[in-house]
Amino acid sequence: MTHKIEISGVSKWFRRNGEDIPAMQETNLQIEEGRFVSIIGPSGCGKSTLFNIIAGLIPPSSGKVLADGENIVGKAGYVGYMLQKDMLLPWRTILDNIILGMEVKGVPYKEAVKRALPLMEKYGLKGFDKHYPKELSGGMRQRAALLRTLLYDRDIILLDEPFGALDAQTRLTMQNWLLQIWEDFGKTVLFVTHDIDEAIYLSDDIYVFSARPGRIKAKITVTMPRPRKTEDMTSPAFMELKHHLMDLLSAGHDDREQIS
Amino acid sequence: MMETARHDAFVVHTVKAAEPAAGPARRPEAAPLIQDEETAAKRRSRRIALGRLAVAVMIFVVWELFTRYGWLDKYYWSSPSAILRTTWTQMTQGTLLRDIAYTSGSTIIGFITGTLFGSLLGLSFWWSKSYAGISEPYLIILNALPKLALAPVLVILLGIGFFSKVALAFSMTVVVSALSAYSGVKSVDPDMEKLMYSLGAKRHQVFVKVVVPWSMPWMISSLRINIALALAGAIVGEFIASSQGVGRMIMYAGTILDINLVWVGVVVLSLLSMLMYWGVVLLERWLSKGFVK
Repeated sequence: MTHKIEISGVSKWFRRNGEDIPAMQETNLQIEEGRFVSIIGPSGCGKSTLFNIIAGLIPPSSGKVLADGENIVGKAGYVGYMLQKDMLLPWRTILDNIILGMEVKGVPYKEAVKRALPLMEKYGLKGFDKHYPKELSGGMRQRAALLRTLLYDRDIILLDEPFGALDAQTRLTMQNWLLQIWEDFGKTVLFVTHDIDEAIYLSDDIYVFSARPGRIKAKITVTMPRPRKTEDMTSPAFMELKHHLMDLLSAGHDDREQIS
Repeated sequence: MMETARHDAFVVHTVKAAEPAAGPARRPEAAPLIQDEETAAKRRSRRIALGRLAVAVMIFVVWELFTRYGWLDKYYWSSPSAILRTTWTQMTQGTLLRDIAYTSGSTIIGFITGTLFGSLLGLSFWWSKSYAGISEPYLIILNALPKLALAPVLVILLGIGFFSKVALAFSMTVVVSALSAYSGVKSVDPDMEKLMYSLGAKRHQVFVKVVVPWSMPWMISSLRINIALALAGAIVGEFIASSQGVGRMIMYAGTILDINLVWVGVVVLSLLSMLMYWGVVLLERWLSKGFVK
């Protein structure tokens, strides 16, 4: 059976001052279609490097990335990619930002708008189409950025700490909003986060990365039933998993401190 | 009103709002101090406008009185009334209007072509880091070079006509524009380029949709400097050799010791420069629409 995404033997090395530095050790991942998969790990563990490789923006030092059985190494634009910052173009209105992906693909403006407006209306951006990004709050801007990624219309979506800069309450709202979208569209999502609660609440599978050079330390499957509610975050099962993940992450932290 | 409930590890104090709990915020009778920033700002801007006008009036009045009563030598300093009179005769009987058209024509053409060409040059550096790296020191040398010192060469090369004035105005503006556009290009957020590539964009799409609009504020900021530089270039060209133009008129008036007429030239050029500056501000506003950050 072919997986939606298969990462086999992917590593990344950089050369600085004549020294070869590993950013990511050989990594293997298989992700099935429609799963919500989180990657969690200390900062600098190569999560963003992995995303850049999957998105085709940088080549890996070794290994292959297969999507639907096809090698997509170096193929930019095969997956939807949402960066940490919202990266809305400040001189464009929200609507014109959201249709950017379609515009690049050559979809006629009128048709792009026809597809964008109902989504904006359904997902909390109604009436903001003519506003500029600076007029919107952080949460709204993230919504716009995610809708832009969605409308780019790829089966696989990479989200790199999309809610990292938001305050705790907005973040909670956005998590529920994201789950809603994921259920509606059935995309395969890869999600990078620092936040253990966020990873548990959203994911089907959680991969725990070790400190730099990154490698997968554990894979955890979250069996908590869906749809999930905010109250689930305080259930005993949630707490137990959180405890477990904290142990895994702090163990990696100790390793690093002993080395340095 | 406070209600207290004890739990195992914490105590909750519930604060009840006074009646009525809901509804819009009501202003208590004992709150006469309301900050009114709007009226204060309006008053201030009126005061500034009046103050500016008063300063201008004062300068002209003092100038007129000082020259009339001999505290300033009328021969060197002329006077506002004499300048007005001479301007009127020059406009009705002389060639002042034609000179103004000549000077502003070469200035504006040089400004537009220089700014456009320079901006395109600066933007082109985005395409290749090697090409930009090779060009950069030469651009800096060209910027440091006093272009006005080359004016005699340009006039000899291109003749004493209109074209040499345009060329001088062009040479004054082109390097400034190129450097401004280049700093804009250098400051483009790499993540924004990354986003475009992740959406499957080709290089030319990144250039048109991100690099050009991103650099726009930098290019716009060079406009105000450029219009003044272009005018200086055109006037120096006329100083060196010309049959027309306000610069030539000043030069001519100087040689025949008609200092009144020199003043007329200076005042006309100041007005012209102000007018063009104002035009550039309007142009800026038009260009900035949608490019504001």
